[in-house]
Amino acid sequence: MSKRSIVPFGPQHPVLPEPIHLDLALEDEKVVEAIPSIGFVHRGLEKLVEKKDFNEYVYVAERICGICSFMHGMGYCESVENIMEVEIPPRAKYLRTIWCEMSRIHSHLLWLGLLADAFGFESLFMETWRMREKVLDMFEYSTGGRVIFSVNKIGGQRKDMDNDMIREFLSVFADMERDLKELVKTFLNNSAVNSRLRDVGFLTKQQAFDLGAVGPFMRSSGISRDTRKLGYAAYPFLDFEPITSDVGDCYARTDVRIREIFQSIDLIRQAAAKIPNGEVSVPVKGFPQGEYFMRVEQPRGEAIYYVKANGTKFLDRVRVRTPTFANLPGMLETMKGCQLADVPILILTIDPCISCTER
Amino acid sequence: MSLLTFAKIELHNLFSKPATRPYPEQPREYPPRTRGHIENDVDACVFCGLCSKKCPTGAIQVNRGEKSWSIQRFSCIQCGCCVESCPKKCLSMHQSYTEPAQRKTIDTVCQTPVENQNAS
Repeated sequence: MSKRSIVPFGPQHPVLPEPIHLDLALEDEKVVEAIPSIGFVHRGLEKLVEKKDFNEYVYVAERICGICSFMHGMGYCESVENIMEVEIPPRAKYLRTIWCEMSRIHSHLLWLGLLADAFGFESLFMETWRMREKVLDMFEYSTGGRVIFSVNKIGGQRKDMDNDMIREFLSVFADMERDLKELVKTFLNNSAVNSRLRDVGFLTKQQAFDLGAVGPFMRSSGISRDTRKLGYAAYPFLDFEPITSDVGDCYARTDVRIREIFQSIDLIRQAAAKIPNGEVSVPVKGFPQGEYFMRVEQPRGEAIYYVKANGTKFLDRVRVRTPTFANLPGMLETMKGCQLADVPILILTIDPCISCTER
Repeated sequence: MSLLTFAKIELHNLFSKPATRPYPEQPREYPPRTRGHIENDVDACVFCGLCSKKCPTGAIQVNRGEKSWSIQRFSCIQCGCCVESCPKKCLSMHQSYTEPAQRKTIDTVCQTPVENQNAS
């Protein structure tokens, strides 16, 4: 007869960059149930709408998370712009798209590195992060910041990228694409890596749908849904299809994220080819009145912004639902029946961002 | 599936230069847009207080009577709002980051006489 025990996992654990706690109910080495606890580092950022006016709140929004920083700022700005019926210049839309895709590349590379670290392949981890460093350098070169960019504002962008800078970035991305093709052979073909990823943590298409999974976690279970298709920023002018896989295991999630990196590079190329000249911002006067619900495809999945304004400079409410929060039920489902040694990999395959969740 | 898929990258790394920089012998060169810290050309400042009003963190204090301009470096988030809003363009963003310190200080500059003083 198997022995049943409870193993606490986190909030401090070598594979967890951020604090989430799981109580794992085990029968011998097999996980039968996982109960999550979050809220260890909650910062109450949504409450700050009472103290910061709607322009200052852009800086709060982009501090929700250090990795999705740009997209959080953009999601909030687009929500307020829609309330105020501000049409931003086309160049600003393309700039937002380019920076969004750069964020996605650096987030996916960061995740690949963390995954390599989790299954003990330190050289692969270093190699992936060295590649990510190039994206951070490009961010610093174009925005002035490596983590917090402060280029979004209501009405457009604070900074422009001239065409020479964009061309320079494209050549870096071409080199990166070449190096990445070499690197992903290890993720997808190496037998040691495959033994940790294949046939681990299945999530079926129906389970992903029922549990409300989002982002690459959902798409690797066969659901073709991408909120970029809803048409914010310059995405309506770009040609792309959501990347999916029908397998639904850890290998499929890795594969989908890797293919999304190449897709993002392609989207940047398309945006660079179509970017028009002109202004990058328009003046915004008055105060917002009304409410808006916005969905943004972040690297980890769909994030939701709800902004309610009352006609004064202070907003009534800002609500953010982040992809990690939506993916937690799916993650717990994948753990049922897995081995204890696979738990770190399964947590990582949803790409958890607790700082987003605990905004 | 192969066991040696990473061997090519390993060999390349073995015979190539390190990716890291020998800090501090070789200091970092910042890109032109790097948001490091705020400086005020106080001789051109008219002490209008717009930078103080626009600062999202309230890190800047302006005293028009004493003609002094202060900044709490450790509260500043280097967003550049004050630089954009300054009507005389005497504020500027410098590339090097704020130097580390053992305690939070307020940097104050006065117009006449020109002097720098640090107070806790």
